[in-house]
Amino acid sequence: MEDSAALAADPTTALKRAQQGKSYWRRVWERLREDKVTLAVIGVLVMLLIMVVFAPWFTMHDPYAGSVLRRLKPVGTPGHWLGTDEVGRDLWSRMVYGGRLSLLAGVVPVFLALLIGGFLGILAGYAGGLLNSAVMRLTDVLYAFPSILLAIAITGILGAGLQNTILALTISFIPPVIRISESVTTQVRNLDFVEAARASGARRLTIMRYHILNNVLGPILVYATSLISICIILAAGLSFLGLGVTPPSAEWGLMLNNLRQGIWASPLVAALPGVMIFITSMCFNLMSDGLRQAMDVRL
Amino acid sequence: MWAFTLRRLLYAVPVLLGVSMLVFALIHLAPGDVVDILVPPEVPKEIADSLRQRFHLDERLYVQYAAWLGRLMVGDFGVSFFTGRPVAEELFGALGNTLVLALPAAVLGFLLGIVLGALAAYNHGTWLDKLFSATAIIGVSLPHYWVGIVLVAVFAVVLNLLPAQGMGFEGLPGNWEHVQHLVLPVVTLSLIPMGVISRLVRANVLEILSQEFVGTLRAKGLFNRRVLYHTLKNAAPSALALMGLQFGYLLGGSILVETVFNWPGSGGLMNLAIFRRDVPVLSATIVVLAAIFVVINILVDVLQALLDPRMRR
Repeated sequence: MEDSAALAADPTTALKRAQQGKSYWRRVWERLREDKVTLAVIGVLVMLLIMVVFAPWFTMHDPYAGSVLRRLKPVGTPGHWLGTDEVGRDLWSRMVYGGRLSLLAGVVPVFLALLIGGFLGILAGYAGGLLNSAVMRLTDVLYAFPSILLAIAITGILGAGLQNTILALTISFIPPVIRISESVTTQVRNLDFVEAARASGARRLTIMRYHILNNVLGPILVYATSLISICIILAAGLSFLGLGVTPPSAEWGLMLNNLRQGIWASPLVAALPGVMIFITSMCFNLMSDGLRQAMDVRL
Repeated sequence: MWAFTLRRLLYAVPVLLGVSMLVFALIHLAPGDVVDILVPPEVPKEIADSLRQRFHLDERLYVQYAAWLGRLMVGDFGVSFFTGRPVAEELFGALGNTLVLALPAAVLGFLLGIVLGALAAYNHGTWLDKLFSATAIIGVSLPHYWVGIVLVAVFAVVLNLLPAQGMGFEGLPGNWEHVQHLVLPVVTLSLIPMGVISRLVRANVLEILSQEFVGTLRAKGLFNRRVLYHTLKNAAPSALALMGLQFGYLLGGSILVETVFNWPGSGGLMNLAIFRRDVPVLSATIVVLAAIFVVINILVDVLQALLDPRMRR
């Protein structure tokens, strides 16, 4: 409401601001600043990132040094405040170091899927016609698999390892990104202002770059952030099945898997690595919700 | 309506064909020779070759694919490399076990999701809304395999109330002892559908409540209960679509939870097949699960079109 009033009062500055693309993002930022939950969640994620990157500063023990003398020590053991795992490695160190692989395998596939799927989806949506059909029909085939099944099938067949995990998850997330990008682009493409730009002689590339991209990237980005949470759970899940990163790497899912043998001896310690997966995925979910609300300006 | 259904059915054919190609390509282009992994290296070459012949692994890829597809069409899924039993027998037994988990989990998750979502929307902005919304977001953020472990730790290890692992019966649960085996895995599986459905129902109901026709209904003096009926009717198609997807995920994604509880379902079978490199079992499981997912999606589309004629494109 306020914006349309401002637009009517002072069309030149409003136009200038719109051309610089600032007004929208400034509004998003202003709304985001009001949203305490989202800010807190982003803060937690930044802290987690710092902790994981500078892991040696936050831990006292080597995450790979085990000892048969102190296997499965309970939470609160002096020197090992979260206890030790099934081969006597310090659990806190492993949880902190484990975040490196878990976050990597949780974020990189979504980023890659966003690049590839976003490109294909926007292209298909903008070009329409035969290209659209070709891309979308191929997407339908990938869509016939529930994403977990596809990821498990790929890593199960290609073998375990970080690279295959990232590859499998990327492939699993490309189809939904393509679908969203295509549908958003098709919607924007049929809006009046694109028609107006075409009628006033703008070239295809200009329309694509200026009118389409600016309007579709926001929703696609928000959607992609909502995938990170799923991706973190799935990446850890693959390791949990023994299809992800290989031992003795520290990774949350793999730790859960290894500690499962110790569940009768030390149930609390066995469940701990999952807390990290849970907190991280919930933070990404809340962040995505907050971004969606802040960026929700009806197309 | 019939035309729409037929079109959806026909469209499934190329999709399933694509699925079969993808699975075949994945399995046969993967590094390493299957037979070399199956037999120890000291086994004479003749035996390895005879194995290759027996499983048609020495033929050209497209011949193998055509033969495999032809056999799939008539329901012949081949014989397990590992147990020597027909794959169909193992697979359908396992699928039945998965359904025993997935059906109650779906019912529980969907019902809870609808109730929580609708209540949250109707009490928009109150503490009830906040509580239910928080429950929903926790539901979608929880790694369900971890929830399974936590439930086992609490109810089996610490409290010693429920069995930690296994199915404990065959076929359908018959008595209380059997049901006990179901409780933990079913609760674990129901969390994600609960969260996902309740979030969608809340958003949908909120949007519908803000539409004009609801105001008209209220103005006409309809009671809240009648308004609720109209609201839910409008929210149903998209919720239904999501439920179909979620049910497909329950079947196809059961592998994680089945591993936690050592449940002999299709996920467990797939896990075994992966580690045994049991190609016939693995490929059949993936294809059948994907086919079920496709069929569920068609059913959902048709149901959606029945409920909402605008969907019949």
